[in-house]
Amino acid sequence: MLETGRKVLYKGNEAIAQAAINAGCMCYFGYPITPQSEIGEYMSAKLPAMGRTFIPAESELASISMLIGAGTTGTKAMTSSSSCGIALMQEGLSAMVCAEVPGVIVSVMRGGPGLGNIAPAQGDYFQAVRGGGNGDYRVIVLAPSTVQESVDLTYRAFHLAMKYRNPVMLLADGILGQMMEPVEFKKYPYPETDTSSWALSGAKGREPRFLVSLHMLDGEMEAITRRLFEKYDKIAENETSYEEYMTEDADIIITAFGTVARVAKAAVKRARQNGIKAGLFRPVTLFPFPDKALHQAAKKAKIVLDIEMNMGQMLLDVRSAVFGAAPVEFFGKPGGALITFEDIYDSIVDADKKIARGGLV
Amino acid sequence: MGRIVIDKERCKACNICMSVCPKKLIHPSHSVNMKGLNYAEFEDKNGECIGCAMCAHSCPDVAIVKVYK
Amino acid sequence: METLVYQKPECLKKNGAFTFCPGCGHGVVLRIIAELIDEYGLQENTIAISSVGCSIFLEKFYDLDVAGASHGRSPCVATGIKRSLPDKFVFTYQGDGDAATIGFNETIHTACRGEKITTICINNTTFGMTGGQASATTLVGQVTKTTPQGRKAELTGYPLHAAEIVANCDGAAYVARVAICSPKHIREAKEAIRKAFEMQIKGLGYSFVEVLAACPTNWGLSPVESMNLIKNTIEKVHHVGVFKDITSQEVK
Repeated sequence: MLETGRKVLYKGNEAIAQAAINAGCMCYFGYPITPQSEIGEYMSAKLPAMGRTFIPAESELASISMLIGAGTTGTKAMTSSSSCGIALMQEGLSAMVCAEVPGVIVSVMRGGPGLGNIAPAQGDYFQAVRGGGNGDYRVIVLAPSTVQESVDLTYRAFHLAMKYRNPVMLLADGILGQMMEPVEFKKYPYPETDTSSWALSGAKGREPRFLVSLHMLDGEMEAITRRLFEKYDKIAENETSYEEYMTEDADIIITAFGTVARVAKAAVKRARQNGIKAGLFRPVTLFPFPDKALHQAAKKAKIVLDIEMNMGQMLLDVRSAVFGAAPVEFFGKPGGALITFEDIYDSIVDADKKIARGGLV
Repeated sequence: MGRIVIDKERCKACNICMSVCPKKLIHPSHSVNMKGLNYAEFEDKNGECIGCAMCAHSCPDVAIVKVYK
Repeated sequence: METLVYQKPECLKKNGAFTFCPGCGHGVVLRIIAELIDEYGLQENTIAISSVGCSIFLEKFYDLDVAGASHGRSPCVATGIKRSLPDKFVFTYQGDGDAATIGFNETIHTACRGEKITTICINNTTFGMTGGQASATTLVGQVTKTTPQGRKAELTGYPLHAAEIVANCDGAAYVARVAICSPKHIREAKEAIRKAFEMQIKGLGYSFVEVLAACPTNWGLSPVESMNLIKNTIEKVHHVGVFKDITSQEVK
């Protein structure tokens, strides 16, 4: 296992894979798709040599189903894919939430809709946070913005999946997957979860167990769903996380996640240098969304400017969190078009002019 | 001489056992079970049952719970 | 002095009466599986995977650990389980609408990987649970809810022969098709499933047993007539036999 006390230069996708190995991931199942294929390649080189499992699955439907199988035994396991591949996994995500099976899914977003392109994008926010599977369900979604954070959040993804018996998605984009950055692999910092009370292992010396997603008795499905949502309330209470940067006295609060947020941070710095009071609010957990914290921050601001590499998806969560505390503006680019420093800085300047004119609310 | 034990509440009166019994010792009952079905009834006045268990092996509902030989 | 020659298997739940229609083939196969699990002492070491269709309610019938799978994906769920816990006995219980239709890709790839699990596929040539629509294995000419005039090859093609195709996968250790339409057939079915289980116990590879079974309700026949339909008609299209047995000289 690679645990260093020093920085090493690592590609995002490979860093995620190594972090999963450090977190105790025993099985990886995956089907190649750009821009995340290095995750599977890395796993294929490392896992079998460690006596762990790597399976090149026949499809994403198969990958997620294998993940469910491993999860039912309380084994830490992971799959990864990108946009159109994650689309195929929606069936499995809904099923594993219902049967309360843990598992980690890495989604490295590319341009869409359709097969789209292989450029970095954030068009799968809805896919991750709202989901395309059936029924009332939620997936915990973590959004890193640096390679180091990809490592740290991969650790956390395994921890949360096992702790709450729910799928956890690490939502990155093609930039993060493909870029190299210095990164430090620390030891997996979380305690191991005891799975002995629920995992399938053969009914030896105990009552048989079942982890299934069909519940036909009268009222059974309602009761299960209510229990799931009590769990989500607990997750929201305990696990919501976000980063605030210079929001304390900000007139303009930018909301952005993932790689866009780090570009936004640079633009905020420049704006401050030029006398514009800008700040950044970056949700780290997209579900649970840090709505209370964002609302508090927005109360003091004159404008909230949401910036995403899509046509406005997190925007809906931002609006509902801000809930009238400040006007919400949006700037976005779809289809794999990159958002540049200039794009964001110009948007900040525009917002500042609007505030100066006093004509926003 | 053989003998079978039928759990009449498991029986769904599909009559497969009757069709496979080589001695034709199983018949529909005159009374009904909780499902309202004329369950299978074993009657062997002359001790003909050979305990072949073909009825039990063919029963789709494991309603023939024991076979003695 | 009378001797007990047959009794209800231990690993069937005490109050787990089957919820199938009268004459349904599922019950016979579930009983055979239960008997074999008892005979080999596998109950405490087994994880069963249910699938979508009438085959779904395993946990209501068996005193076994059960994992559920979405339509067609049970071999994948089984793969995840077996790779996590290689010492467990893992089998999938599926129908033809599941293993041979929506999940045939998964079936084939699991066979090619030589996954050390067992699949029991109940083939009643229809989608039973949804009310008797045509599946991939439906016979040409067979009347179903979606082939009201009988399956026409020029419109919906020909029946898929799952066992023969699975047998062509190099990772498959044992592949057979059996029928449960007479006591003799049922005995043979049990021996085939026994062989399939042994393949897994010995770690030889993937084993697949397709079982021709009756769906009297959707066929619109009595249970006894359904037995005859299997014998006289279905068996003529889906031939019974052992298509692969890597432990036998006679079968390739």
